[in-house]
Amino acid sequence: MKHRIINRREFLKVSAVGAAAAAVAGCAATPAQVAPAATAVAEKVAEGAPTVAAVATAVAEAPAAEAPAGADVTGKLEIFSWWTSGGEIEALEGLFKVMKERYPNVEIVNAAIAGGTSSGGDMKAVLQTRMMGGDPPESFQIHLGGELLVGSYVEAGLMEPLDTLYADEGWDKVFPPLLIEIASKDGKPWSVPVNIHRANVLWAADKPFADAGVEVPKTWDEFFVVAEKFKEMGIPAILIAENAAGFTAQVWETMLIALMGPEKFAGLFNGKTSWADEDITTGLQMLGKMLDYANPDYLATSWGDVNDLFVTGKAAMMIMGDWTPGVLWSKDFRDFTWQPAPGNTDIYQMLSDSFPLPKDVKNREAALGWLKVCGSKEGQDAFNPAKGSIPARTDADLSLYTDYHKWAIEHWKTDTIVPSLVHGAAAGLAFMTDFMNAVNVFASNKDVEAAKSALLTAATDAGYKTS
Amino acid sequence: MRGDNLTAILVLVPAMIFVSIFIYAFIFYTFYVSTVKWPTLKPDFTFVGLQNYVRMFNDPRFRIDMRNLVLFAGGFMTQCIVIGFVLASLLDSKIKSEAVFRTIFVFPFAVSGIVTGVVWRWLMFPQAGLNQLLGLDSKWYTTPKWGILAVTIAASWQFAGYVMALYLAGLRGINAELKEAAAIDGASTWQLYRHIIIPLLAPVTFTVIVLTGMGSIRVFDIPAVLGTGAAFSTDMLAFHMFQLTFQSNRIALGAVIASVMIMLAALLVGPYLASLQLEDAQ
Repeated sequence: MKHRIINRREFLKVSAVGAAAAAVAGCAATPAQVAPAATAVAEKVAEGAPTVAAVATAVAEAPAAEAPAGADVTGKLEIFSWWTSGGEIEALEGLFKVMKERYPNVEIVNAAIAGGTSSGGDMKAVLQTRMMGGDPPESFQIHLGGELLVGSYVEAGLMEPLDTLYADEGWDKVFPPLLIEIASKDGKPWSVPVNIHRANVLWAADKPFADAGVEVPKTWDEFFVVAEKFKEMGIPAILIAENAAGFTAQVWETMLIALMGPEKFAGLFNGKTSWADEDITTGLQMLGKMLDYANPDYLATSWGDVNDLFVTGKAAMMIMGDWTPGVLWSKDFRDFTWQPAPGNTDIYQMLSDSFPLPKDVKNREAALGWLKVCGSKEGQDAFNPAKGSIPARTDADLSLYTDYHKWAIEHWKTDTIVPSLVHGAAAGLAFMTDFMNAVNVFASNKDVEAAKSALLTAATDAGYKTS
Repeated sequence: MRGDNLTAILVLVPAMIFVSIFIYAFIFYTFYVSTVKWPTLKPDFTFVGLQNYVRMFNDPRFRIDMRNLVLFAGGFMTQCIVIGFVLASLLDSKIKSEAVFRTIFVFPFAVSGIVTGVVWRWLMFPQAGLNQLLGLDSKWYTTPKWGILAVTIAASWQFAGYVMALYLAGLRGINAELKEAAAIDGASTWQLYRHIIIPLLAPVTFTVIVLTGMGSIRVFDIPAVLGTGAAFSTDMLAFHMFQLTFQSNRIALGAVIASVMIMLAALLVGPYLASLQLEDAQ
């Protein structure tokens, strides 16, 4: 050891300089640094975010003859969302415009944060540090239902109930009762839905069905018959994108709805239906069978890929939410039809973006004004055509919407409503994540028993019925 | 000397306060949180002992993460050491414009992990990038089960240049007389490396192993950009921890992973510090 040519001490000095360089380059973020970093982002957003005030003031100044009733409300209104792309920005701006007309002296701070691994992942992390740190924004985008109600801000006692607002605005008459039920905990609603998306829709490309000479399946039995036909033709009957958790879970939900019916399915999340139910086993077996008819590389396929595949006409079907037609139309593809997922006729599986009211916000008046705009007919009709969703209210102006959305609006009024699990309506985030992960692993190994036990563990954690 | 000591203490105290609060206090708080219930956003400090640990060690995703950590560390270390050493040896052979090459090789180290992740996501995108350029048909990081190895390519691209710099410093420190003596004794180039250079560089290799090992344990940015893959084939501990804490609101379970990461890091650094102590004693 005496003849060591370079001394470790000396060498350490060199390494230390290197480590310092790493820190400067920002490559060395330790886990402990993540949270403060997120706060820093939040602060930056709060300070430097572009406000739409300038644009909107111009709009508001034109009819200066009579001041609107909300003119005495002033100050800043900070709104968190993950709406940062094309149609989403346009939709949000539509809401801001209505807000500006009604409350011309409120300065809107658009704290939209893009990115993250699940929808709104980064925004949710930033929001969490703000909420836990006692500095809530006036309102924020959140999926209506479980995502807000279970294991989240409502349970932590950080939100205000909105029963009075609902009554004052007469929303109990214009929102479907089942929707209000999904938005409620302890008999009170906690957020205002601004839109509705439908999750259980089957999208069918025209050409493969014409080639095969078969009808679009209305039940899962019919589906497997048709799927066999497509298998013989050498094309995938159904497209699946499971390079990350979520897609298959959403498809499987529609399978469970078909097997259980709306009431029993909803019972999975309120303690009336057991997660050890026979239908879960049957459902997993069915899912395994269905995956045999999917694109074989589904474990490496992303959501973007399946849309690209679908428009080539080399795949027959997709079960996905109703943001799909907007994507397909933007690819200039119109040769497809839609209907409820197999076995889901007259059942509307919904998800909804909504806005709640945190306790102790800096500008409660403006926050209430914002919620009123979100729930108003004017606000919803300004938001939804651009977003590609339908209003949560049942009195929408039909002329503003596409054929698909007119179909959806009609069904929204008459169908039985069930919540979407994967999109945050049915359960809390913890259970939702566990569910998606369990299905993701199942899609890879098709181990029914392992999936059942993973689901049971998750259900036990969430306090659902397991026996 | 007394005065010097006082000055030294005064100068060090502010830093020590900050370090003890912002690093050590939070580490201990994290350990504490990992032993309480705290299952949602609402704090719940009911003591549950090691229950959370038992649960995590039985969690399929956590087990996949540990497997991925082994694969990642193996792939990452091997590539960094081999590529770093080869590049350093080439640069040390008195070539022209060595400084230019040296800068080029070290450059990726100045790029942030997020940028590395984005660039390599496009390069290794199955429908484009390298596949399109070279006519390959690899699934790269989307390969079920083994995708994590593709992730190590991106990580190594970033870090190998730095390892090269370490080896280069080591090579420069080797006494030329030793090499000459070996040459006079008739050693071939291979023998020179095998018996003289590589053993003499052992301390550098040891440091590189510690650094890349630490890098493997805490890697977050590149998997965050590339995604967790099917059945968590490219998931890593730090990312799992982030999702548990910020997406599932399972604060205590997130703290368990953080604690496990700290302990793994300690296992790696412990022997290193011990060997330094030993050397000092000698």
